[in-house]
Amino acid sequence: MAEDATAPLLTALPLAGLHAELGAKCVPFAGWSMPVQYPKGVMAEHLWTRAHAGLFDVSHMGQLRLPKSALEGLEALIPADLLDLPEGRQRYGVFTNDQGGVLDDLMVAHRAGDVVLVVNAARHAHDLAHLRAHIAGVEAVSDRALLALQGPEAAAALSALVPGVAAMRFMDVAVMRWQGADLWISRSGYTGEDGFEISVPLAQAEVFARALLADARVAPIGLGARDSLRLEAGLPLYGQEMDAAITPVEAGQAWSIGRARRAGGLRAGGFPGAAIILEQLAHGAPRRRVGLRPDGRAPMRAAVALFAEAVGGDAIGTITSGGFGPSLGGPIALGLIAANTPTDATLYGELRGKRLALQQVPLPFVSTGYKR
Amino acid sequence: MKYTEDHEWLSLDGDIVTVGITEYAATQLGDVVFVELPELETQVARGDEIVVIESVKAASDIVAPLDGEIVEINAALVENPALVNDDPTGAAWFFKIKIEDDAALDEFMDEDEYKEHIGE
Repeated sequence: MAEDATAPLLTALPLAGLHAELGAKCVPFAGWSMPVQYPKGVMAEHLWTRAHAGLFDVSHMGQLRLPKSALEGLEALIPADLLDLPEGRQRYGVFTNDQGGVLDDLMVAHRAGDVVLVVNAARHAHDLAHLRAHIAGVEAVSDRALLALQGPEAAAALSALVPGVAAMRFMDVAVMRWQGADLWISRSGYTGEDGFEISVPLAQAEVFARALLADARVAPIGLGARDSLRLEAGLPLYGQEMDAAITPVEAGQAWSIGRARRAGGLRAGGFPGAAIILEQLAHGAPRRRVGLRPDGRAPMRAAVALFAEAVGGDAIGTITSGGFGPSLGGPIALGLIAANTPTDATLYGELRGKRLALQQVPLPFVSTGYKR
Repeated sequence: MKYTEDHEWLSLDGDIVTVGITEYAATQLGDVVFVELPELETQVARGDEIVVIESVKAASDIVAPLDGEIVEINAALVENPALVNDDPTGAAWFFKIKIEDDAALDEFMDEDEYKEHIGE
């Protein structure tokens, strides 16, 4: 089996046995073997999460722990207002480079005794090295699984096990006890729904997941539906909507740049690429992110070129993510286009040699259920 | 019924072959959300990508299994792509192709051979 010797080694999730028992179909993703779907299938899993509660194993994501003193150092890498982030709260941010591009996006949680970051699996090693080059005491958390429970019934299902979560608001973080284990809980997610992300010690992860799945409102959901859910919610995916050559302003994430870090703010600039990003905030960026709905039924996926005309002309942008939105019953896409494109212009995606019309629409595609 | 390595089923009636995808293929694809069919009366060559089929997850092609002329297409699939998951070997046939020589079907797998091919 010479092929096996050269095949990339995949890391198994801590709950791999449970996923197999649940009938998961697994695929390689960022070096991990991940459940892409369960027997329900992507469509049903997506709709279940929008109506009830979906349980996602996102243990592939990087969990990092830093001393509280690191918030100041983090501000030198992330254009977010982190020094004013209250204890018990979490904030979204991006690591930028000197060109104003994005190295990764992440969550920063300010807790009583430390700071916890959650970063993308594919960028975990990069982020760890990047942080360690600038900040002391950065620790990779390797003894915890990470689960997400998402959907309108997530709060009811989780409070049946951990009553304290009912009082949390969107982006609150807390440590709560369950059967002797410390759960690191945030009220957040990647679906557009109300929900929680729960870091569980490895020793209790499976019994905790099984306790959630024992609730009739909860079903296991794979990576396939995670992607369609986040796409409908208009949430960016690192490597698609953002990368080292796309700024947070272009990617529609300028909201994450706090007032204190903007021109005239108390701690204006002071992050990599600040000159470019602040200039774009003041005078506009060359490109902008856009929500798109194809007129026809054909999904248009990442890398489809976008044009302003049905025939001829140069491309004005590309689709960065696209597919079928189960809650909308039709194709949807996110694109990055020239900023001077009129906001009401019909665009054309070139698919299999044909130009097919798309309309620009506001994001998110679905209304969100965050409990603010 | 005959089967191709691309998980198509072929059903011969006179010189007309009806083509669809197997239940195994439909399950692998997942929820089908879009189907684009070939145009009627086009001459196709074996291996031509003549159907686009997209699931929630990905796009794939269905190739012409034989040389011939497209004489009928199943427009119901365009309106209701989910038929491919509901009834892949019945209502969800894709197209009918008129062939010159029915001996061309001989090389394809029979049901037992196909089951072995997919490891059942």
